[in-house]
Amino acid sequence: MSDLRDLYQEVILDHTKRPRNFGTLEHATHRAQGRNPLCGDQLALFVEIADGRLRDVRFAGKGCAISTASASLLTEALKGTTIDEAHAMFERFHKVVTTPSDQPVDVSTIGKLAVLAGVREFPMRVKCASLAWHTLEAALAGRADPVTTE
Amino acid sequence: MTPLAERSALRPALDVEALRKQFPILARRVHGKPLVYLDSAASSQKPACVIEAIVDYYGRYHSNVHRGVHTLSEEATAAYERARARVRSFVRADSPREIVFVRGTTEAINLVAQAWARPRLGPGDEVLVTELEHHSNLVPWQLVCEKTGAKLVVAPIDARGDVIPEEYARRLSKRTRLVALAHVSNALGTVNPVAEFTRLAKQVGAIVLVDGAQGVPHMPVDVGELGCDFYAFSGHKMYAPTGIGALFGRLELLDAMEPWQGGGSMIRNVTFEKTTFAPAPERFEAGTPNIEGAIGLGVAIEWLERLDLAAVHAHEADLVEYATARLAEIPGVRLIGTARERAGLVSFVVGDVHAHDVGTILDGEGVAVRAGHHCAQPVMDHFDVPATVRASFAVHNGRDDVDRLVAGVRRVQEIFA
Repeated sequence: MSDLRDLYQEVILDHTKRPRNFGTLEHATHRAQGRNPLCGDQLALFVEIADGRLRDVRFAGKGCAISTASASLLTEALKGTTIDEAHAMFERFHKVVTTPSDQPVDVSTIGKLAVLAGVREFPMRVKCASLAWHTLEAALAGRADPVTTE
Repeated sequence: MTPLAERSALRPALDVEALRKQFPILARRVHGKPLVYLDSAASSQKPACVIEAIVDYYGRYHSNVHRGVHTLSEEATAAYERARARVRSFVRADSPREIVFVRGTTEAINLVAQAWARPRLGPGDEVLVTELEHHSNLVPWQLVCEKTGAKLVVAPIDARGDVIPEEYARRLSKRTRLVALAHVSNALGTVNPVAEFTRLAKQVGAIVLVDGAQGVPHMPVDVGELGCDFYAFSGHKMYAPTGIGALFGRLELLDAMEPWQGGGSMIRNVTFEKTTFAPAPERFEAGTPNIEGAIGLGVAIEWLERLDLAAVHAHEADLVEYATARLAEIPGVRLIGTARERAGLVSFVVGDVHAHDVGTILDGEGVAVRAGHHCAQPVMDHFDVPATVRASFAVHNGRDDVDRLVAGVRRVQEIFA
């Protein structure tokens, strides 16, 4: 295993301890629930869309360091993007974290989210990093059932 | 001298260093560090004698049991039935006919739920469980209650993780047909006062099933002394292979139960018009059984008995006490489950760090623990935590392993400082 610091990088720990855009969003146009019951992770994602752009993105809930940091980073990365850009970012992020660690992958495609690429070394934790993103997809698609990545 | 040190000077010694050499897997390094295995409550590691017995069986006398007239089949059958006899003496049952081989505790409990409870329960009847049960001693009863109209009743635990005796007693009545309770809680380590609870259950005429999955690896078990009707356990948590376990059932109950699975081995005579069934235990062992598992279980029992279960119990009690004391020294660590009597494990949380983060960091230090809800979600709800970290002990663990755990927990706190 690579050093644990690859997984628990300062940026991740910072987002875990001080999650950005944390809280509910009264004027949300889209929302969804993410739950990994085996982990006990629970997450609610709120998106306000106007003129095809994600004007505001917030999340609430509790989870492990990886899932909390991932949700926090997601809100920062997507605020102000178009819906298409958000979908595209989901695709790129998903590809990075699900590519086996012995295969090369270009992390430059996901900007600041690259700090989460360390989960590739910890296959059991990929589901933690991806929960917020699958919840986002559900919110954008208007799906009411809670999402799980377990 | 502290009381802890004083007691440890008196404890009967298991030779931990010699025992470790008997477990081939303990020679492994994980992430470059010597493996400290503290997850035996999930599944224990296997001593060489168990592994060798399985290899020996396949290399020398593998065959199907109970049917063949040839030498190999005779030898395999003899070994399989010897294993049953070992299980009988291990739990102090009266007869080997009271021992049914199953896949594990879960299957044993489902067998009783389907073959004993389901045809006998109806509206107005109650099944009493405790709040600390593993899902495997809860969900089978929910399924039966749903089908029969019986009601599931739960005896609550207190803040320490002990079932509250008055609350348990208050829930017993003439309506209680069956009580299902753990010998030892897999999430909290609580040892239930099974003999006393069984005595109370018998006063209202209830049948008692004990989930012994976390009991048998850690202490001598005598089903007569416990007074229970059924005792279920798995092999793989007590140094035997996965996929094998045993159900003890009082013969009179087993003989009155209908089969729950049909197939080979469980019949006496088959025609298209009418099939008659073999007596217990074969009646409940349809199909080719897990022969190598049974043989491995027999060898594991023999090995455990040579170590002396009373000495095993004392050794692990010392580890529980030592781990409790060391973890309590760390600011921010909260022990989950501080029952009056505990066996085999400690469960805890580290501040508000999620158990899975703790588990990942400990793994990086070569320390294998369990992080999660331990298939006991109602217990997690009771303590208002999503998950705990659980360190569980086996005969090969020593205080040095607890020290590695404690150092790992401090590393977690450094990272999350």
